[in-house]
Amino acid sequence: MSNYVINHLKELESEAIFVIREIAAQFENPVLLFSGGKDSILLTHLAKKAFFPAKIPFPLIHIDTGHNFPETIAFRDELVEKLGVKLIVGSVQEAIDKGRAKEETGADASRNSLQIVSLLDTLEEYKVDAAMGGARRDEEKARAKERFFSHRDEFGQWDPKNQRPELWNLFNGRKNYGEHFRVFPISNWTEMDVWEYIKLENIDLPSLYYTHQRDCVVRDGVILANSEFIKLKENEAVVNMTIRYRTCGDMPITGAVESEADTLDKIIEEIATTRTTERGGRADDKRAETAMEDRKKQGYF
Amino acid sequence: MEYQDIELLRFTTAGSVDDGKSTLIGRLLYDSKSIFQDQLDAVEESSKSKGFDYVDLSLLTDGLKSEREQGITIDVAYRYFATPKRKFIIADTPGHIQYTRNMVTGASTANLAIILIDARKGMLEQTHRHAFIASLLRIPHAIVCVNKMDLVEYNEDVYNGIVSDFKAFSSKLGISDIQFIPISALNGDNVVNRSEHMDWYGGSTLMYHLETVHISSDHNLVDCRFPIQSVIRPHTLENQDYRGFAGRIDGGVFKPGDKVKSLPSGFVSTIKTIELNGEQIAEAFAPMSVTMTLEDEIDNSRGDMIVRENNVPEISQDIEVLVTWMSTKPIQARTKVVIKHTTNESIGMVKELKYKIDINTLHRIEGIDKVEMNDIARMSIRTAKPLFYDAYKKNRQTGSVIIIDEQTNETIGAGMII
Repeated sequence: MSNYVINHLKELESEAIFVIREIAAQFENPVLLFSGGKDSILLTHLAKKAFFPAKIPFPLIHIDTGHNFPETIAFRDELVEKLGVKLIVGSVQEAIDKGRAKEETGADASRNSLQIVSLLDTLEEYKVDAAMGGARRDEEKARAKERFFSHRDEFGQWDPKNQRPELWNLFNGRKNYGEHFRVFPISNWTEMDVWEYIKLENIDLPSLYYTHQRDCVVRDGVILANSEFIKLKENEAVVNMTIRYRTCGDMPITGAVESEADTLDKIIEEIATTRTTERGGRADDKRAETAMEDRKKQGYF
Repeated sequence: MEYQDIELLRFTTAGSVDDGKSTLIGRLLYDSKSIFQDQLDAVEESSKSKGFDYVDLSLLTDGLKSEREQGITIDVAYRYFATPKRKFIIADTPGHIQYTRNMVTGASTANLAIILIDARKGMLEQTHRHAFIASLLRIPHAIVCVNKMDLVEYNEDVYNGIVSDFKAFSSKLGISDIQFIPISALNGDNVVNRSEHMDWYGGSTLMYHLETVHISSDHNLVDCRFPIQSVIRPHTLENQDYRGFAGRIDGGVFKPGDKVKSLPSGFVSTIKTIELNGEQIAEAFAPMSVTMTLEDEIDNSRGDMIVRENNVPEISQDIEVLVTWMSTKPIQARTKVVIKHTTNESIGMVKELKYKIDINTLHRIEGIDKVEMNDIARMSIRTAKPLFYDAYKKNRQTGSVIIIDEQTNETIGAGMII
C-alpha cells in the first residue's frame, strides 16, 4: 500500500461498488437481477460490501423459467436468507399459463427468449426504474459496446446506435416517465477476473461450478444435462460424464465442460489454458451471428 | 498463477478507418493469446465468406450488425486482455471527425493513448485531432505508432520524418510523455514481438511499453477530495448510531485521525474510521471506494465533499469550461441545462459562448453564436448551487462535468473546468 497503487481486482471492485452506490442513490426502485449464476452471485457480494453494515437496500429479482437447475434454486434461497434481502420471483410458467408467452416447440425448444416477457412484466409490476445485472463486456460482441448505465425506452428496448456517452465516472441516470435503465456494475470484469476475485474473497458458489458426475446428452458438440426438460433426438444417448459448468443458464441450453476441477485454483488454471469462450457452450447464442444483439434490442438482460 | 498483484492500464486507440487500428487491436489480442478458438473460428468463417485471402483480425473488434454491414466502427467498444504483468482495458474508438464525441468518451478514463499513423501517408488532419484530444483530456501517456512500415520497406528515414513532424505539432500541446514506435500491425512487427526488419530501431515493442509505463502517479495524491455518494445508516439495534459516508476517493490520501472539513457546511471534524465491509483501511486514496465515519455528528448528504481543512477546492457558482458538444442539437447562450459534477447535480445556465477551437489548426474561432455536435468550445456556466471543484489539469475527476438536456435527459456535453 505504501506506493499508493491498488491491484486490478481492487480497482475493479472499487469501480463496481461506486456504480452500485450510484444506482441506489439515483433511482427510486432499483433491483438486482439474480440469475443464480456466478456473475450475479458476485454482484450480490459486491452490493453487500457497498452498503455494509446496512443491508442491501434493494430486492433481488429472479426470473424463474421453470427449467432451472435445482441446485441454483436452493443456493438462491439460502443466500437471500443469509443476507436478509427481499426476493421477487417472476415466473415464465405463469406468463405461459396467462397466454403472455408462447412455449417453443421441437427438440431444441428453449425458454430462454420467453424470459424477456416475464422480465419486462415483472419490472413493470414492481415499477422498477433500474435493473442491475451481472453482464460483462467481454462475454459477447454486442455487449462490448454496452454502457454501465444503459438506457431503455418505454418498451424496454435497447438502441445501440443512440446510447448516451459515458464520461469519467459521471453516470447520467435521468429519465422520462416509463423509461428505465439496465445497469452493469461489473462491465469491465473478464471471466478470469471474476474467478480470481471469487477466490480472493472466498465467495460461495453452487456446486454446479465444481466437478461432478452427471447424466448428459451431447448435442451438436454441446454437453447438455439430461433432464425432464430435454427431448432426446434419434441417435442420441445418455452418457454419464465428469463435468462442471462455466456459466449457468437453463438446464436444456447450458453447455457443460468435461472437467475434474474441484477447487477454485484448479478452475482458474483451467480457464487460463482454455481455448473457447464461456458462452461458446450457450445454444442460445448460436442461433445467429447477432443473436445476442437481437435479443438485447428487445429487452433481454 | 500470480495474476493477483498486477495493475490495470486503461488505454484508448485512435485511428482512422484505414490506419489498421482494428488490425492492431486484433494483433495485440492474438499475440497475447487472448482470443479464444471459437472467436477465431467465427472470424475465419466471416473472412472466408467475404472472400478474403487472409484472416481479417479487424473483424474481432467490429461488434454490432450495422457496423459489420458498413465495415466501420461507429461506437466505443471495450476490449480486454491480460499478460502476466498487467491487465488492459482498451477503449476502441473510431477516428473520423463525426466521432469526436466517441474519442472524447474513450479518452476520459484512459491512462494512455495509442495514436496510429499510416507510414505511407504521414501526419494527416485526423492525426492532429487525435493528438489534440489526448492532450485536451489530459491522458498522461501517449504512444505514437507509425504503422504499415512493411509498405514503406521498413525505411528509417520515412519513420524519422514522421516522428519529427509529430514532435513539431505536439510541442504546442503539452502531452508530457510521448513514445514513438515503428510497427506493422498486419505482420506483427514491434507489436508484441521485436521486428526482424528494423535493426535501426533501438527502442522497445508496443507491448513492452504498455506493460511497463509508470502509471501509479496518474492519480492526484496531494489534494484530498472525497465526494459523498450516500449516507449509510443501518437502523439496526447493534448499529443504531452508525453513520457512514459512502464514496470514492477522488484525490489525496486520507487516514483515520486526519482533521477534515465538510463542504458546503464548513464544519470541521476528525476521521474516526475508513472501512469497507467492516474491514479497516489505514490509508485511502484514489480510486478506492470506502465508507468513512467521523468523530462528530455532522449532517452530510449526497453531493457534499470531505476535504482537508487547509486544502479546499474552488467553491463557486461560476465555472469556465472547455466543452465537447455531443448532441445533434446545437446550443446557444442563455440555455438552461443540468450539470453533473462529482456526486453533485445542479440546474445551470450557459451564460456565454466564448470561442471554438479549430482542432486541426488549434486556432480560436471567436464571435460564435452556437456550438454544434463535435465542436470543442469554451463557455461560461452559472450553476444554481455552488460546486466544489478543481481545475481539470489538477484533477480529472473533480475538474470534469457533464451537461444534460433538461427536457430529453440526454448527455449533451462533456466539460473540462479551466
